[in-house]
Amino acid sequence: MENNHTRKTQEMTLQTLIDELGLKCKCCWEKLGNEIEGGYAGDLLSDVMGNSKKGDIWVTRQVHLNIVAVASLKEHAGIVIVQGASPDKDTIEKAQKEGIPIMVSDLPEFELVGKIYHLMHHAQ
Amino acid sequence: MPNEEYLEGKYFIQGRDFVDAGIVSSEMKKYLKEKGIPEGIIRKVAVVTFEAEVNIISYAEQGTIKCYIEPDSVTIEARDIGVGIEDVELAQQEGYSTADDSIREMGFGAGMGLANIKNHSDEFEISSVPNEGTYLKSTIYLNGK
Repeated sequence: MENNHTRKTQEMTLQTLIDELGLKCKCCWEKLGNEIEGGYAGDLLSDVMGNSKKGDIWVTRQVHLNIVAVASLKEHAGIVIVQGASPDKDTIEKAQKEGIPIMVSDLPEFELVGKIYHLMHHAQ
Repeated sequence: MPNEEYLEGKYFIQGRDFVDAGIVSSEMKKYLKEKGIPEGIIRKVAVVTFEAEVNIISYAEQGTIKCYIEPDSVTIEARDIGVGIEDVELAQQEGYSTADDSIREMGFGAGMGLANIKNHSDEFEISSVPNEGTYLKSTIYLNGK
């Protein structure tokens, strides 16, 4: 039905991603226990708005603050920004306010998504 | 038109203010939660409101989004003063967009907004007068279709 949407088969939290994939957390450390129920990758905000699900980990290359609105409205578990990009200062401030954890990774989007998918479906 | 007595929320949006899209949608969501509207319905309303809000920000001088709660449905009405839409049928086709680079740079303008609204609505209506403005109405049934 949704071609780049996936649901997990293993229990997983944001902390698992940090531990296993070396992500760096930028805000909302207190929410790293958020459970990840699925994942979505995308840089077009309407695509993510229309197709992602509650509890998803959202992987994107976008850094401006409107990503927080999308993640908050869709109730995502958190956002991972890829390719070594840094979220804008406003983005972090809004994420802190809305309680949306933002993590960053140096990996390219394709590679990171592959690793998260593997963790979700083949862990242990 | 829904009866005005059901008017529940009205939000004003300034056009061309990309600083913080989603504020109205977020307020609307909190409001519907307080009113005890089921979560699944609220998530649909959030998509509709967000896209309507982004459209007003992108293409209008100013606009309003109203929300009506009725016993069996939630209706969102978005009305703006702005450039309007030449061909509303064409505008609903996924991928069709008139967005400029400033809109696209932020990840908007992919031509999916109206399609998203339609897909998350049980009833959907749109009308527009070029160089005057656009009216959009989306109804979501509380108990599905």
